[in-house]
Amino acid sequence: MTHRLQLDPIACDGHGLCADLLPEAVDLDEWGFPLLRADTVIGPGLLPHARRAVSACPTLALRLRREDPGR
Amino acid sequence: MTGRHAGHPGGAEGTPYAAGAARLTAGWRTGPASLREHQDVHGPLPHHGHRRPGFLAEAVVQAGLTGRGGAGFPTGTKLHAVAGRRGPAVVVANGMESEPASQKDHTLLARAPHLVLDGATLAAESVRADVVHVCLPRTRPDLADHVRRAVAERERSGICEAAVKVHEVPHHYVSSEETSLVRWLNGGEARPSGGLGGSRPFERGVRRRPTLVDNVETLAHVALIARYGPAWFRDAGLADAPGTMLVTVSGAVSRPGVCEIPVGTPVGEVLAHRGARPDVTTVLIGGYFGTWHELRAVAALPLSAGRLRPVGASPGAGVLVALPEAACGLAETARILGYLAGQSAGQCGPCALGLPSVAEDFAQLADGRTDAGLLGRLHRRLGTLTGRGACRHPDGAVRLAASALTAFAEDVQAHARHQPCTAAARGGGPQGHSLPVPRPWAEGEWQ
Repeated sequence: MTHRLQLDPIACDGHGLCADLLPEAVDLDEWGFPLLRADTVIGPGLLPHARRAVSACPTLALRLRREDPGR
Repeated sequence: MTGRHAGHPGGAEGTPYAAGAARLTAGWRTGPASLREHQDVHGPLPHHGHRRPGFLAEAVVQAGLTGRGGAGFPTGTKLHAVAGRRGPAVVVANGMESEPASQKDHTLLARAPHLVLDGATLAAESVRADVVHVCLPRTRPDLADHVRRAVAERERSGICEAAVKVHEVPHHYVSSEETSLVRWLNGGEARPSGGLGGSRPFERGVRRRPTLVDNVETLAHVALIARYGPAWFRDAGLADAPGTMLVTVSGAVSRPGVCEIPVGTPVGEVLAHRGARPDVTTVLIGGYFGTWHELRAVAALPLSAGRLRPVGASPGAGVLVALPEAACGLAETARILGYLAGQSAGQCGPCALGLPSVAEDFAQLADGRTDAGLLGRLHRRLGTLTGRGACRHPDGAVRLAASALTAFAEDVQAHARHQPCTAAARGGGPQGHSLPVPRPWAEGEWQ
């Protein structure tokens, strides 16, 4: 089971905690806004960190979507 | 195949490219057509109320009509989608036309409001909507006046149709977007609502009802398809892009304005018809949300979405701007980018901060105030802005900027070396602004 990160661009205010907590999947652009690496799937190893990043977002802009390969 | 070419093309605003293409523009005068004049030309409103829901949608699907607001989505598919939802629906007629280089929607509304209202009413019947919201820009009270008068005329003459409400909406560039209109009609601001987990208007829009949002020109075509049928509609244009379309031509042409052409008329032909100067070498296709192209590369290409896609162009809302030879394409683009940056709804960081940065880079390039890192910085920034907003505003601006760097590559090198560009060398230059950029209007007014 894998997951993908999704960002709500309107809710996002560029706090940048996601990039701190999940540098494997999130970069920041020069204005401090997240760049989600297009090819990053969140595997089981990264999942706890991803969950932490989602919880840490002050504006709830970051979400995790489960991807079921069977569906 | 570009349809019938009988007749001599006229020169006045709104006249058709050829007599065979005079569909929406048939019978156009200098003012709005009265209900009687409209019916003299097009006949009475056909009634489909007794037919099964989706009847009109079928006809429109067969006709192959696609949206004339710029996105080009198949209109019949949209009609089916809304008609297929439960509960009463809502129709929104989008007459906002925020693209500064486009005038066709406002001209259509000012000349043939009943054609638009016919289409809206037929669409409302088809999707079981009991209300039509006509959205017009607050900067054009004259258009609201035309439409309100036309609505009153219809009421007096006993036409039984869905209630029509005319709205004057804050006129920002992004306010014409579908979700902006739905949001405003719901009492909010006229800003796109994108985001995650949001519904599309056809599912849940105005007052949570399935909402059909169509450009006013699209609705006008629906009004005629309902009268004459899909085969008639397909008799003009291309097999894969049928019908006629309204285009706005401006810039270095002797007869700027709006005309109706068979879809797929070659770009060069349309420009020639409007009197493009022989020294024009570059053209903007699609509007300020479009792309620059060397004329010789696109002149023979049909003006249709499918035929322009291979060169990275799109007709958009049918806009062609011929760049005067004396103008500097980079300076013009810099001004447009400044305008687009100012028109950000300001909801998403990359757009609100990225577009002004890119506009500033471009302004420096156009002025020849280049530092060693400018071009690299500009290219890098352009590469990061697409797809990161709630709407396509930043994407459009990026596309325009990138196309300018290609189409005006010689000028880019000249400016980067602090040398005058080809325009300046000819005695023109950045001082001669040719592409109008609207003055900022009521910047804080979004509701």
